[in-house]
Amino acid sequence: MDALLPSLLFYAFAGVILGSAAFTAFARDIVHAAFSLLFTFFGLACLYLYLGADFVGLSQVVIYVGGILVLLLFGVMFTGHQTQETEKRTVNFYWGLALIALLGAGMVPALLKAPWAVKSAAELPEAKSTISSIATLLMTDYLLPFEIASLLLLMALIGAVVIARGETKTDEGESPETSA
Amino acid sequence: MTIGIEHYLVVSLVLFLLGLFIVVTHRNGVRILMGVELILNSANLNFVAFNRYMPDSALSGNVFAIFVIILAAAEAVVALAIVLAVYQQFSTIHMDEISNMKH
Repeated sequence: MDALLPSLLFYAFAGVILGSAAFTAFARDIVHAAFSLLFTFFGLACLYLYLGADFVGLSQVVIYVGGILVLLLFGVMFTGHQTQETEKRTVNFYWGLALIALLGAGMVPALLKAPWAVKSAAELPEAKSTISSIATLLMTDYLLPFEIASLLLLMALIGAVVIARGETKTDEGESPETSA
Repeated sequence: MTIGIEHYLVVSLVLFLLGLFIVVTHRNGVRILMGVELILNSANLNFVAFNRYMPDSALSGNVFAIFVIILAAAEAVVALAIVLAVYQQFSTIHMDEISNMKH
């Protein structure tokens, strides 16, 4: 009976994640889809916490919910609703359904049958906070990827500004030819 | 019934398939980005789940998941900048109508 509540929690999280992700996939209105993504990201954060990955779960909330989702909403609002007639339309709807049904029907049995070299749930160690271990790993084994990631973020920052600034900046001494 | 690795794999697979469905069927640039985010998240769930169920792997899965989140953030920023630039140029982000290099 002890394991009942954790299992129920898992199913609740999984239901929230998959339900809202399906809504994102099938909603007609892109604003609804974006807001539904909020529940997907939060559900995934809960699932990470459930898996004992506290730092990943918190990063998920901060970066996905606080950053990427807001960015997506900005994207939705900047690109406006006046073209909704064409952009609400989906293409290949039934082909897409057939594709994911086929992939799912093929992969779910394979996943269930595969002999994963993992421990069973009963013999897992008690989950403890991962933050200090991750900090140590990032400063030792993963120092180079860590530094490269910081460089990448700087590049993304500058690149995004340069790209998105686009054609509106001709009044700052740039040659007007670039704004053709 | 206890939760095993297969449960997480199935959740992650369905999440991936929904993301793939979005990428295949929707033609709005921002909506396609949402699909890509779903796909990246499903991969992340696999990393974290395997890390939990292979305790000897010393948190490598968690660290990798964090790097994936970093990459996803960078990707989202640059991709949305491109979407905005395309919108300024073409006044639409319907992917089938954007077929010229220069407008």
